[in-house]
Amino acid sequence: MTVLCRRRPGYPGRLLELHDPPAELHLCGEHLELLAWERPVVAIVGSRRAGDAGLGMARQLARGAAAAGALVVSGLALGVDAAAHEGALAAGAPTLAVLGCGPDVAYPRTNRGLYARILAAGLIVSEYPPGTEPAPWRFPARNRLIAALADAVVVVEAKVRSGALITADHALDLGRDVLAVPGWPAFSGAGGTNALLKAGAGLIESVEDLNGWLGLEAPAPGSADGDPVLAALRDQPGYPDELSARLRLSPAELSAALARLELGGEICRDGHGRWMPGSAARAR
Amino acid sequence: MIARAVSFWLAGLEARRIDVEAKAGRGLPKFTVVGLPDRAVQEARERVRSALGSSGFSFPAGGLVVNLAPAKERKEGSGFDLAIALAVLTTAGHLRSPDRLRRVGAAAELGLDGRLRPVHGVLAMMEAAGRLGLDGMLVAPENAAEAALAGTVAVLAPTHLNEAVAVLAGTAPVPALPAPASAGGDAVHPDMADVRGQLRARRAVEIAAAGGHNLLMVGPPGSGKTMLARRLPGLLPAPTPGEALEITRIASAAGELAADAGLLGRPFRAPHHSASVAALVGNARLRPGEVTMAHRGVLFLDELPEFNRQSLEALRMPLEDGEVRISRAAGSVLLPARFQLIAAMNPCPCGLYGDPDRECGCAPQRLAAYRARISGPLLDRFDLQVDVPRVEAHGAGGEPTTAVALRVGLARQLLAERRPALGDEAEALLRQAADRRFLSGRGVDRAQRVAQTIAALSGETEVAPDHLAEALSYRAGSLG
Repeated sequence: MTVLCRRRPGYPGRLLELHDPPAELHLCGEHLELLAWERPVVAIVGSRRAGDAGLGMARQLARGAAAAGALVVSGLALGVDAAAHEGALAAGAPTLAVLGCGPDVAYPRTNRGLYARILAAGLIVSEYPPGTEPAPWRFPARNRLIAALADAVVVVEAKVRSGALITADHALDLGRDVLAVPGWPAFSGAGGTNALLKAGAGLIESVEDLNGWLGLEAPAPGSADGDPVLAALRDQPGYPDELSARLRLSPAELSAALARLELGGEICRDGHGRWMPGSAARAR
Repeated sequence: MIARAVSFWLAGLEARRIDVEAKAGRGLPKFTVVGLPDRAVQEARERVRSALGSSGFSFPAGGLVVNLAPAKERKEGSGFDLAIALAVLTTAGHLRSPDRLRRVGAAAELGLDGRLRPVHGVLAMMEAAGRLGLDGMLVAPENAAEAALAGTVAVLAPTHLNEAVAVLAGTAPVPALPAPASAGGDAVHPDMADVRGQLRARRAVEIAAAGGHNLLMVGPPGSGKTMLARRLPGLLPAPTPGEALEITRIASAAGELAADAGLLGRPFRAPHHSASVAALVGNARLRPGEVTMAHRGVLFLDELPEFNRQSLEALRMPLEDGEVRISRAAGSVLLPARFQLIAAMNPCPCGLYGDPDRECGCAPQRLAAYRARISGPLLDRFDLQVDVPRVEAHGAGGEPTTAVALRVGLARQLLAERRPALGDEAEALLRQAADRRFLSGRGVDRAQRVAQTIAALSGETEVAPDHLAEALSYRAGSLG
């Protein structure tokens, strides 16, 4: 465990751009060099109750940006935050989590496994001393650190009143790029992100969009590109029956193709039986 | 004089012989039943006394002792009434064919007016009577059709105690049996043609039917999970005569056999999710539970996570061994339970998780808790898991049951002759899946078996990589 004091060497300069930078920064993890990341830093935040599409998007964006050299920052909350950390780890890259409690408190409990993996491969940051219990008012405060540490903030799924929008507000104050993933208007989880887009946020539909904003080169594309099933899923996620019809494959042929792609980590299915590109990257 | 009659009691599915001895003596009028009788047997005294009176016989004036031997086994039920009455009549001198009484079994309850009433488990008792080499069996007319199914000893089905006495004494002809029940039992199962769309789920049901695999269907309410499950028994081949006898014996022991039923077809049991452990695996009185009632058929558990945890865990032994042992105060019996498990569940408590049009209102913790209700080991026992998404109810119906059942029948024959071997490529794919931790140890074995079934369905004698890949797409355990 490490403590960094303001105006001492090692304290991240970006935090000094805040009008109230934390006096001390408490860290868990060995990889202190992540605080001085020279390539782009991207924060990926959003709803704790995001749907599978949102989670898949967060995972995909994080994985793609991390693979291209960006450092992914988020808040280790349930939902989009966890998916973002997982995506970065799945790319074999480090990730940085900013907590609203002591850096040694693995909260929420559901993310204990993820916490341990970030501890090993990344860095856990907090302005609160070790042992500080989580409290509702600490989380919005933590969001200003996420915004300050990043070059750009991507909001993946957020209702009209969402903590992720607080992060976006801070980012705006600090002059960071604010980016958002659009959603279907009738879907309440798209209210916040669509409002950001209306206010002028950058629109992110794919990893390529994000890497473009960050000024990163996309890494070499995946191997099974020639696969018609994968191409169809990239085109539009779908249910097996609908895919059978679209691709003129029997259910048996399609099932075999889906299983092969899933085995190769190219596609995953949501809890409703719909298949989409991306890797599930389960904690277990 | 000590009179002796033969009756049976049912321990699980096994009929055990009981010798009913009666001895009238001097002394104060007293009617005692000994030999670990339960409450219903104690009450037999009142029924027998009244039935004798209604039939015009005088009740022995002095002390009367009835012993149910062997004395160490606890007996229950009302099936000894007729045997007790006949033994009492013999010891009282009203019935003068004691030797014949020892050669003819009796299993019926008596009404106060002396009429014979049906009892449970007569089929098993008839089989036991055959093994013991008895000459015949006295049963109530309602049990006659069932008794005749056993095809062992002569069925004597008098309507009244008087008639039973006359038959034993040889003064009345043996009553004619009711017309034999129709070969029936072929319960009419609903047709697969009614299922619109759901191609992948239909395919999973077909594979489950062909390989006897356990199947878990995950989908929102109203997507057709129950509909598909109910159509599965129709795809299975008709039971062999031996299996049909087993199925019927179980229904008889549970008292669920209609008076005119013939041999039964494959059962479809769908217990409600409030079912207790006792209801599922068998209760303290050694009555068969749902797992035994579903023997050679389908056990369908709808709303799987709503079942109480102990009930679900209790399924693991029968799933593994095809039988279940119940040990209670009344004794210990082994009951057959070789059933195919079909289960259905919603993707989340509200059923809308992942729905593209409507929003799921379940908190993440609640969702996790819902899924955690099904333990990993239980989930591992489903060979096939398939998503059944909600679909628009349009489009033509699918293939009818007859067409699918034909393929299933052929595949079953192939599998019975020789299970298709794994080709090298398929083997490599399986190893790859295991290495990537897609499968547990048990999962590897299950995936292999499902792949063999898929190969057999397409008439192949070797498992191709495509067969294995398809099998992997149905692997269980990926609940979010």
